[in-house]
Amino acid sequence: MFNYTLRRLLTVIPTLLVLIVFSFYLMRLAPGGPFTSEKPLPPAVMQNVLERYGMDQPLYVQLWTYIKNIVFHFDFGPSFAQKDRTVNDVIAQGFPVTLTYGFWSAVFVLVLGIPLGIVAALRHNSIWDYTMTGLAIFSQIFPNFVLAPILVLLFTLSWGLLPGGGWNGGQWEYIVMPAIALGTSYMAGVARLTRGSMLEVLNAPFILTARAKGLPERVIIWRHALKPALLPTLTYMGPVFVYMITGSVFIDVFFSTGGIGQDFIDGAYSRDYSMLLGLAILYSLLTFALNLMLDLLYAWIDPKVRSSL
Amino acid sequence: MSLLSVENLQIRFRTGDGLVHAVNDVSFDIAEGQKLALVGESGSGKSQIALAIMGLLAKNAEVAGKVRFDGRDLLSLPASQLNALRAAQIALIFQDPMSSLNPYMTIERQLGEVVELHEGASRAEARKRALEVMEAVRIPDARNRLRAYPHEFSGGMRQRIVIAMALICRPRLILADEPTTALDVTVQAQIMALLDEIQRDLGTAVLLITHDLGVVAGFCDDTMVLYGGRVMEAAPTPAIFDAPGHPYTRGLLRAVPRITDGDVTLSAIPGSPPNQTAAPRACPFAPRCVDAIPACHEMLPDFREGRACIRPVEELT
Ligand SMILES: Nc1ncnc2c1ncn2[C@@H]1O[C@H](COP(=O)(O)OP(=O)(O)OP(=O)(O)O)[C@@H](O)[C@H]1O
Ligand code: SF4
Ligand SMILES: [Mg+2]
Repeated sequence: MFNYTLRRLLTVIPTLLVLIVFSFYLMRLAPGGPFTSEKPLPPAVMQNVLERYGMDQPLYVQLWTYIKNIVFHFDFGPSFAQKDRTVNDVIAQGFPVTLTYGFWSAVFVLVLGIPLGIVAALRHNSIWDYTMTGLAIFSQIFPNFVLAPILVLLFTLSWGLLPGGGWNGGQWEYIVMPAIALGTSYMAGVARLTRGSMLEVLNAPFILTARAKGLPERVIIWRHALKPALLPTLTYMGPVFVYMITGSVFIDVFFSTGGIGQDFIDGAYSRDYSMLLGLAILYSLLTFALNLMLDLLYAWIDPKVRSSL
Repeated sequence: MSLLSVENLQIRFRTGDGLVHAVNDVSFDIAEGQKLALVGESGSGKSQIALAIMGLLAKNAEVAGKVRFDGRDLLSLPASQLNALRAAQIALIFQDPMSSLNPYMTIERQLGEVVELHEGASRAEARKRALEVMEAVRIPDARNRLRAYPHEFSGGMRQRIVIAMALICRPRLILADEPTTALDVTVQAQIMALLDEIQRDLGTAVLLITHDLGVVAGFCDDTMVLYGGRVMEAAPTPAIFDAPGHPYTRGLLRAVPRITDGDVTLSAIPGSPPNQTAAPRACPFAPRCVDAIPACHEMLPDFREGRACIRPVEELT
């Protein structure tokens, strides 16, 4: 297991290098650049600006400098669009916000979705099951851009319970609605998935064996059925988790939370090369870390996977 | 008094196509230490009888009749009391050792939880008992394999583990549902020898379910032949082999591969199992029976003197 983890960690470096080189050139293929505007700058000024950001150099030199700065100074360079701010600054400010509401959103998804799915499975074909499945389908077709305004309408405008936006250092009142808006459809997905896989596991022959042992139902669920029933949910949650903690553009814009989703959008519009590349690296590092975590979790649950590591 | 007494057991399943009459009017007794074989082709209702005894029938099942174990009626026993009997007094061995063990738990835990549950054993005590039964069913290097998972064992070894699981509380009755069907021939013989040895040592009663008369021959005191969820013939095993009294049994015996002068003959009974969606009104075997007469299609033969056939034995081919 340790060796496996180490091997996986070592593969990050080449993967990241490829990602950087590829994105670096690809972005510059898109028309326009950070300093193109409707009124072209006078050539002298333009020259000045380009020099200041090192963009007068040949591309491979720029790339080399970029990588060197990351490796030796952990410096992702200045933002090309936001004056006097570095990419490090922007991420340091936006990422904690995204991470916070993304984390709580994931907690919401799991803490509600899994038990709902299990209860629906255990009360299979009862009114509980139908209600839960109906609600799940209903909320799964509710995208966050429909749900968010409804939440604000209710909790802010009608009842005045929660602030309709902002962040305010991450006080809980400001986290609730972004987390729920972001998570609801995934929560419904997790509930349905858990229900389905729990039903399937409960039909497995080894559950009949457990019953033949005289184990009470509670023990059968917890000891024999839960782990295998959660495997599909785990697989599903991998990419969802990454998506959640790397921020939703819509949530950041709608609730003015100031997370990195907003920075991604701004960066794309303004061709902020360094900003986009920095965010892409952050994104892939998170994807990598979460996938590794999930794989280890998978191995912990499934002995067959464990012995193949 | 017999240990297990099944009286007029009837099992029907509610399905989209109507009621499936899986088991009809089946009665038998098993005495302490007795070995009874339940033989019949696929779909004849063998497994459902075992599941009914354990109280493990599917939700769409309707059961009628009586299943008495040690004087208690199992069909009306509350869940908690039934749970106390399961594995402790009546153990079930399933057909497929590949899927009947939990792939996510160690062998030690799967064996140990049974003794913890029924005898209040501690973890350490449970481990000791697990090791003992693993050695009793002759798992090589048992001590080091306690922490292993099912997928690390071969099919034959897994079936030994399943048998160990059934033995661990020394039950009075073991229901073995085709314990060797999923295994290859040499392993089958080993497993049957093991079951035989254990049965002798513990004096456990066994209900052996199989579709293979060859398996029964050396093992069971008595044999019951099932067709379409109905008992066709019941007799001491030697009588079944030497003087079968029912056309279906005779057909089955002809289907057992026999080596005569180096020739292997195997004759399966032509035709297919009966449709069970209606309550039977005629001999269920009539469409396939070589001895059938018109009357066979009009009345249900009573089970009398060990057989359910309207024609006298002397007249059979
Ligand atoms: N849940 C169920 N719903 C409807 N029919 C069922 C159900 N369970 C079993 N049956 C039917 O009951 C009949 C008897 O099944 P059973 O499993 O006892 O057969 P078997 O003799 O054990 O056969 P095999 O040798 O294949 O294991 C079959 O026709 C089967 O289709
Ligand atoms: S009753 Fe008739 S059909 Fe049925 S087994 Fe006897 S002879 Fe054959
Ligand atoms: Mg069966």
